[in-house]
Amino acid sequence: MTLSATLQKKVNGFSLDIDLRVDNELAVIFGPSGSGKSMTLQLISGLMQPDVGTISFDGSIFFDSGRGINLPARQRNIGYVFQDLALFPHLSVQDNILFGAKGLDKALKKKRLYDIVSIFHLDGLEDKFPAEISGGQKQRVALARALIRGPAVLLLDEPFSSLDTELRFTMRNFLRDVRKEFQVPIILVTHDIFEAYSLADNVIVYSNGSVVQIGKPQEVFNTQTMPDCETPLFFSYMFTRGFF
Amino acid sequence: MDSSVLFSLRLSLQVATVATVCVVITGIGIAYMLAMKKFPGKDLLDILFTLPLVLPPTVIGYYLIVLFGRNGLLGKSIYGWTGFSIMFTWYAAVLASFVVALPLMIKTARAAMESIDRNLISASYTLGHSEFDTFLKIILPLSKKGIIAGTVLAFARAMGEFGATLMIAGNIPGKTDTMPLAIYTSASSGDWSTANVMVVFFTLISGSFLYIANRFSKRLV
Repeated sequence: MTLSATLQKKVNGFSLDIDLRVDNELAVIFGPSGSGKSMTLQLISGLMQPDVGTISFDGSIFFDSGRGINLPARQRNIGYVFQDLALFPHLSVQDNILFGAKGLDKALKKKRLYDIVSIFHLDGLEDKFPAEISGGQKQRVALARALIRGPAVLLLDEPFSSLDTELRFTMRNFLRDVRKEFQVPIILVTHDIFEAYSLADNVIVYSNGSVVQIGKPQEVFNTQTMPDCETPLFFSYMFTRGFF
Repeated sequence: MDSSVLFSLRLSLQVATVATVCVVITGIGIAYMLAMKKFPGKDLLDILFTLPLVLPPTVIGYYLIVLFGRNGLLGKSIYGWTGFSIMFTWYAAVLASFVVALPLMIKTARAAMESIDRNLISASYTLGHSEFDTFLKIILPLSKKGIIAGTVLAFARAMGEFGATLMIAGNIPGKTDTMPLAIYTSASSGDWSTANVMVVFFTLISGSFLYIANRFSKRLV
């Protein structure tokens, strides 16, 4: 279970040039706004095409500019949770989740729906519409929808940014449980230092379209290479105060 | 009621209905292309499909004669192959109504499609759905209000079409005299009683249609 990506992309004067390798883990791409984090997810998922590079998962090639291979997003089987969640407003919770079950046979769809509704604590909400459920419930529906098909990789683009602090904490714990349950490599994008520290198996630090550091959160946040923030000092303070 | 009045009414409804069906099918496709695709000549195509909104109907009628007249650019070939000319038939009235009503559908449907959150479309792709599937299941339902509004406007415009219809379908009693043409004929010949009946009838029918359409679209909100 390894996703490898070597990507180069220039858009409107911004240049992204990165080399990533994500195993069966929860990798967090961390960096300031405009450093190319979300663009990386769009390139990996097939929503955007790199100028040059390769993207592969366990030997399956999603993109290879040299060989002219470019699998469309729908064929990559990559789960993607957008920052605004992108729940379909005209579909019920159940239909939103089932929308992600494309290609599964009827019996399997029914079983997966039953299981996933239970795992994501969505019982009783199946017939509600996105506008009728809470922020935390919407997050769980978006995750359930992205996972029902059994994706190769799950990409999360700042999924908790719209939640209040308490709910974020709950959802972070929930995400850890989800990873244990589904055993899927996850790449989560965030500019929230707490989120990066508390969730990541490995942190990939971005700055201006490049990877400047990769490592365990404890290593990354205690060195001086962090861009654009006073992280080491800040974390020392948080440690001494017993926040972690 | 006078049988000629009933004929004009029936013909107007028939022409407007057929033209509106054609407008809906074609207009949604063109609106999708203009809203979602990037291609060379897109601005030119946009201008071309907007022109019937601003050009006088007689100019539209003139272009249609140049294109579909028996000696027209397309009409000559069609007549050569089939022996059929659309000129001065009720099909010509449908064509005229179609051309003048099409921009109304394109504008409203395109605006509705452009207002859809792009992430919803991207989400559909990442969930394994094709572009056509996404169009049917996400884009169409989420732009239904604009499409319904476009349909109502197109039907109303087709019902009231006069100038272009007169140019290519003529004003042949019992054959191509739609209600607006019949009203013009009655008024210009001093038959005010018939004109009065048709005007009131036309107004009532158009008003009822708009009322039903409004009720329907409110129920969809």
